[in-house]
Amino acid sequence: MEQFEAWSALLKAGEPVSLWQRTYVYFYQAFIYKDRWQQYLNGVKTTLYVTAIALLIGIILGLIVAIVRTAHDQQRPGRKNVFLGILNGIFQVYVTIIRGTPMMVQLMIMGFVIFSSSKDFAMVGALTLGINSGAYTSEIIRGGLMSVDAGQMEAGRSLGLNYTDTMRFIIVPQAIKAILPSLGNEFIVLLKDTSLISVIGGKELIYAARGVISRTYEAMFPFLGAAFIYLVLVLLFTWLLGIFERRLRASDRR
Amino acid sequence: MIDVKNLTKRFGDLVVLDGVSEHIDKGECVVVIGPSGSGKSTFLRCLNMLETPTSGEILFDGVSMTDPKTDINLMRQKMGMVFQHFNLFPNMTIMNNITLAPVRTGKLSKADAEKKAMELLGRVGLQDKAASYPAQLSGGQKQRVAIVRALCMNPEVLLFDEPTSALDPEMVGEVLDVMKRLAQQGMTMVVVTHEMGFAREVAHRVVFLDEGKLLEQGTPLQIFGSPQNERLRSFLAKVL
Repeated sequence: MEQFEAWSALLKAGEPVSLWQRTYVYFYQAFIYKDRWQQYLNGVKTTLYVTAIALLIGIILGLIVAIVRTAHDQQRPGRKNVFLGILNGIFQVYVTIIRGTPMMVQLMIMGFVIFSSSKDFAMVGALTLGINSGAYTSEIIRGGLMSVDAGQMEAGRSLGLNYTDTMRFIIVPQAIKAILPSLGNEFIVLLKDTSLISVIGGKELIYAARGVISRTYEAMFPFLGAAFIYLVLVLLFTWLLGIFERRLRASDRR
Repeated sequence: MIDVKNLTKRFGDLVVLDGVSEHIDKGECVVVIGPSGSGKSTFLRCLNMLETPTSGEILFDGVSMTDPKTDINLMRQKMGMVFQHFNLFPNMTIMNNITLAPVRTGKLSKADAEKKAMELLGRVGLQDKAASYPAQLSGGQKQRVAIVRALCMNPEVLLFDEPTSALDPEMVGEVLDVMKRLAQQGMTMVVVTHEMGFAREVAHRVVFLDEGKLLEQGTPLQIFGSPQNERLRSFLAKVL
């Protein structure tokens, strides 16, 4: 503390300082001075909170869209369901629009147009990210469902199981195992994309880093620190996913 | 029991089945033979509507399978099917493979289904495999489990789609043995196979399909002893 104040005074006075002294001062004021690390910590909490909510929305939405679209494509000729057709059309438009526009633009439309009166920026951000992620997740899940051998569906149906039960007990469990790596990838992208919600005022990690920069006029350590925290979070996530994947592989034992 | 009337199936311009009519009696074991691409498998898959016929009618116990208003799931519960590639569910144990359908369709309680599964597994000599996963079984064992899975629904008819074609030669026998015993117990069976020995020995009737047409049918003695149709004769000359 005394060291910091002494060197910081030197720096402000424009005296010549060594590289070590300069680094020390910048690091100290970026993380330790006035307990600024707490700001990052609060930012990380919001980041994780937004990721969790967006993930949940994304998976539920993705699953519904994928199952409806797959069910629509697998109908027997001559027995088309009108309701399914309409839903399929709506979902197709949804996927097209979300995949065809930048995430940043979606966030701005949601934050400044649709929910312009809302003050819960993090929640609006989570909702937007979830809707965005749902479009990508649905295509991942759809690919997974289609990758399961057609014989599995035939075997289930030949036993007299209906379409829903065959999907639920036979197709979906196998598809999950197949899509887990790409789904993990999507989760990681989602986690990192939460940094974008700072543009609509969500108080996540990047927002915290920029808050510190606006006090210190020094960008290097806050941003490097934020990058480091994201990296640690992603590594942690990858590790957890690896454990989950290994557990799902139980039926591959020989 | 099964009445097939003028069954036609087209995939685009390709005519796979061309006006096939057939009647299968209760307790009968009918073997369908013919060169590859003759429509045998498609014929079998039309019987339980895994393929939707382009035209024609299929009656099962007097109920039209081809009528869109028929509850196809209910009908399929009475028709078991055994596939060339077994199609066991790799994500479940053998026990769950067998009991899933009877429990979910409400045919049996979980306890009853498991009891029945163990009894049926015992009959094919695989009782000790109940807790294994399909990946841990050999091809012949998988196919015997697949037969048990179909049997556990207590079907009125069993459809076999080339059940031994994907097996190593030394495993063919164990599967054919199980099928032979089923036939002897009076199970109604429709079998698509290249195993002429099985057809000759076990079948009550043999049906010859070529290019989507039913060209000849009769007892094994007639078909193998004195084939009438020219194409059947050249087919038999090649396979026997």
